[in-house]
Amino acid sequence: MSDVVLLLITGLGLGALYFLVAAGLSLIWGLMRVLNFAHGAFFTVGAYAGWTASTALPSASPWLSWSISLVAGIAAGGVFATLTEVVLIRPLYARPVGQVLVTVGVSLCALALVEGTYGNDPKQILLPDALTGTTTILGAAITNARLLVIFAAALVLVLLLLFLSRTRYGLIVRAGVENRAMVEALGIDVQRAFTLVFAIGGMAAGLGGVLAGAYYGTIDPSRGTSMLIFAFIVTVIGGLGSIGGSAVAAVLVGVLQQFLNFYAAAGVGDFAVVALLAVVLLVRPGGIAGSAPT
Amino acid sequence: MNAAGPLLAVRGLNVHIGESHILHGVSFDVRAGGITGLLGRNGVGKTTTLRGILGLVPRSGSVRLGETELVGLPVHAVVRQGVGYVPEDRDVFSGLTVTENLRLAERQGSVLRYDLVYELFPELKARGSQRAGTLSGGQQQMVALARALLNADNRILLIDEPTKGLAPLVVRNVVDALRRAAEVVTIVLVEQNLRVAHRLVRDVIVLDQGRVSFTGDVDALMNDPELARKHLGLVAAGAAH
Amino acid sequence: MRGRTLLIAAAVLALLVALPWIGVPIPGLFERSLDAPGTLNVLALCFVFGTLALSYDLLFGYVGLLSFGHALYFANGAYVFAIALTRWHVGLPAALALTALAAFLLPLALGAICLRMRDIPFAMVTLAFAEAGSILVMQNPLGLTGGEEGLALSADALPAALVGVPNTHNLYWIALALLIVAYAVARRAVDSPAGHVWQAIRENERRVAVLGLNPYGFKLGAFVLSAMIAAAAGVVYVLLQGGANPQITTSGFTLALLVMVVLGGVGTLWGAVLGGIVYEYLDFRLVALANAPVLQAFPAVVRIPLSEPLFLLGLLFIVLVLFVPGGFGGLVRRRAPAAP
Repeated sequence: MSDVVLLLITGLGLGALYFLVAAGLSLIWGLMRVLNFAHGAFFTVGAYAGWTASTALPSASPWLSWSISLVAGIAAGGVFATLTEVVLIRPLYARPVGQVLVTVGVSLCALALVEGTYGNDPKQILLPDALTGTTTILGAAITNARLLVIFAAALVLVLLLLFLSRTRYGLIVRAGVENRAMVEALGIDVQRAFTLVFAIGGMAAGLGGVLAGAYYGTIDPSRGTSMLIFAFIVTVIGGLGSIGGSAVAAVLVGVLQQFLNFYAAAGVGDFAVVALLAVVLLVRPGGIAGSAPT
Repeated sequence: MNAAGPLLAVRGLNVHIGESHILHGVSFDVRAGGITGLLGRNGVGKTTTLRGILGLVPRSGSVRLGETELVGLPVHAVVRQGVGYVPEDRDVFSGLTVTENLRLAERQGSVLRYDLVYELFPELKARGSQRAGTLSGGQQQMVALARALLNADNRILLIDEPTKGLAPLVVRNVVDALRRAAEVVTIVLVEQNLRVAHRLVRDVIVLDQGRVSFTGDVDALMNDPELARKHLGLVAAGAAH
Repeated sequence: MRGRTLLIAAAVLALLVALPWIGVPIPGLFERSLDAPGTLNVLALCFVFGTLALSYDLLFGYVGLLSFGHALYFANGAYVFAIALTRWHVGLPAALALTALAAFLLPLALGAICLRMRDIPFAMVTLAFAEAGSILVMQNPLGLTGGEEGLALSADALPAALVGVPNTHNLYWIALALLIVAYAVARRAVDSPAGHVWQAIRENERRVAVLGLNPYGFKLGAFVLSAMIAAAAGVVYVLLQGGANPQITTSGFTLALLVMVVLGGVGTLWGAVLGGIVYEYLDFRLVALANAPVLQAFPAVVRIPLSEPLFLLGLLFIVLVLFVPGGFGGLVRRRAPAAP
């Protein structure tokens, strides 16, 4: 029983991290039809910005230092994403393939710079004692950091849903996902929503980067890439452009992966996720939440 | 506003989509007030003309609204000059509620005519929280018209086939609404149903294969069988029934 | 004009074939003379990547299929070949036959699924399958792939002429032959009736369907052909490197491929070949730059970006995408008077 609970919660935690990356990917795709390969780089830059900020103040209390790293990670992800959209994506609106390619270039460059600056070896993340401690839930000892990751992702989900349902920009984003041209034809400058969506996506990914550090205890330059790939899978399974669908798919993928990697063999879970993607696409090409794309 | 000049002046409007040349230097004037009909057979470029005015398709030439040149402006800036658009396929946002569809159309700085909209289409008030995708075709058309009518600072509305595919009863409703709307704003109307067009419009512009083939008074065109056949072809014969 | 192009091509080819006998040093371009095994090895790798980029261009440039999983088919050739030789000891001919079979079947099966999707969903599914392949290789199932360590070829599994530094020139010729044959096959394919259908699909798939042709079958054919060429490149890669390594299975490797093709220009074949060669050469030279003593004198802000080949290549890539959409090929075509 305690194994099941443990796997369920670590799976949820993994799903939470996937969701933080997938949420932005899904919105960016839904609104702008851009497949953003740079999203893994937003995650990685967030993680390293957080680490750098926390090590810059060695004398600060662990809580303060970790809070600063959270803020730094969110800010770095947001700023990086905004710059990417404004400087590189915007000039290429008439060339969708060019946009994808440019995000590939951004991800190559950013990753190379991170590796050059920080090296390939994992960096230890110093956490407050309260986060490294464990809480016993139904007989399973769960690291508090993992519970925090789940809580944070749930909070982001709620905030995003509120943003989408309650604000004018949220309305523009939801309408733009359906029909961008018609939003323009109502006199709305959709480009501003594009920048906003990139900024929000970058912030969520940057937060994901810092939280992944807490989840795994270390950060390294290559994790962003595998996060990106699983986040892609999550967004496709969840239905591109749907935040709710992404959340459901993220949990599904994270939990499935953990259970199979534990009960079958390491790697089987990852495999099963890819198989799940293939099945979902063959049965429901639009994903869980979507209608069939053209 | 200069009462003597036209409200909308289109000069030499050219539109290419891919490799096909859709509009060949279309020129016409729309005077302020009332409804101007944009007529012609299927596929002659009526919808493209409206989309070209808005900038939804790449265009060249000149489109002046009052004193303002619209060619060169992005779509949202054209619309903010006071151009309302009701597309052929209505294009309501099906995942949004009726109220949200209207809220999205609200333009900052514009006086909002919710009273007029709800007076014309009381159903929209009752169905405010319903998703637009679950509405009937007629109700969706009401949402689309309401979005354009909502902003009092719109100087001209471009309305594309508002009666297409609607039941006769709903058509009557739409016609009434258009007539009321025309009291407060200038309308350019694309309409295949010539009986409806004849009842509503004052001036007519007829397109043929991407060119203007006739401009003038609606009665002059409709009451002259020769002219009607020449410019509107078999459609006119059908309308005579 | 056409005759002269042929003449130049023949001259370049003759020069490349004769290269192992030309002991001239080219300072600046290579550290050692042209006939040195080190130089030949680099050139041969350039040819392998030229071939691989060519196979990618066949898919992306001619059919318009943006695959993010092409590395899988290169790795497919490399690993099946290496496993058959070193783990199963079946001998060279049988290993080649097995590889050819795998090179045909894997893309046939996966392509059949992926091609149910279009555009970006297609790209994502190919990416997911390639990731699955990468995970498989890393997991070292049954001790076959060697996991992260990679899989070294045992020397006794190969004919003596293909082993050892003094025999590098043989491998060089094999790589050159691979490139030439692959180019000829791809050129014939794109000029064939099927090739015309591919290009029509790239322009407008619906119109092809309206003509009564089934785009799916044509796309699958292109997918399999392209994957088979990639697998052949994988085999020669294994010979050159003395084994297979998991880097060639990663999504990063596919992205590098994309960079190669865009670098050289999409949809020309020769542009992609050039892109692959230039990419591999730059990668090699930029590593040398990273280790150059001159660089150590600079402050970190300058030194770090300059010592990361991938940063420089990525930057070059971004600049090309933004400002030179046609790649090198596009530049040349723009200069030349309008081709007939």
